[in-house]
Amino acid sequence: MRRASILTSKIDPASLINEVSSPQYGAISLFVGTVREVNEGRSVSAIEYSAYKSMASAELERILDEAEAQFGVSALVVEHRIGLLGLGDVSIAIVAAHRHRAPALDCTRFVIEEIKKRVPIWKKEHYADGTRDWVDPTRAAQAPSV
Amino acid sequence: MSTVTVQLFASYADLLGAPTVELPLTPGTTVKDLLHSLRSLPGASSLPLAPRFAVNRTFATPDQLISPSDEIALIPPVAGG
Repeated sequence: MRRASILTSKIDPASLINEVSSPQYGAISLFVGTVREVNEGRSVSAIEYSAYKSMASAELERILDEAEAQFGVSALVVEHRIGLLGLGDVSIAIVAAHRHRAPALDCTRFVIEEIKKRVPIWKKEHYADGTRDWVDPTRAAQAPSV
Repeated sequence: MSTVTVQLFASYADLLGAPTVELPLTPGTTVKDLLHSLRSLPGASSLPLAPRFAVNRTFATPDQLISPSDEIALIPPVAGG
């Protein structure tokens, strides 16, 4: 089982675990990303996710190809939710199963880090004070460290 | 002169005030040329120096040639996860 989906409905991490479960695997690694209430000191009330869906799906498939080649993990499922998400909602779940723990854990980490670099998905944060802004990770990277 | 449609997303669509823009396309036009044309549009002055383009759903290089049938998009800094 190997798939990546971009969806607007709620993500159920437990069902993803069931999807990859098999007696041949001794390890299942699960990463779940959720909407946090504070970002860079500002109170967040919700996050609006949007995507360039056709390219995001293609890029996710390329990442899964690379993950399989690098870690030997073929039981790998990714779901990314788009639309308006509230605090605590699951925005992404990644599950990887392997005979041993190290490839499963490393694969999950690799997939989330690559998604954050390459997959054309964006988030607009809605703040408690009523304002909204696009999240730009490169802005934080360029800011002088304190 | 023919044109090509460039899809815009997220903050870049906000900057240019539209989900797509039409840019001139002549034989030999590259990604870098598209960026040059784009910069003359209202709102484009706030774009970064080297924004990322995608051609046919894959990240493109500045010297990549553009064909009339290509699917072109300007990709703002991604923030998935």
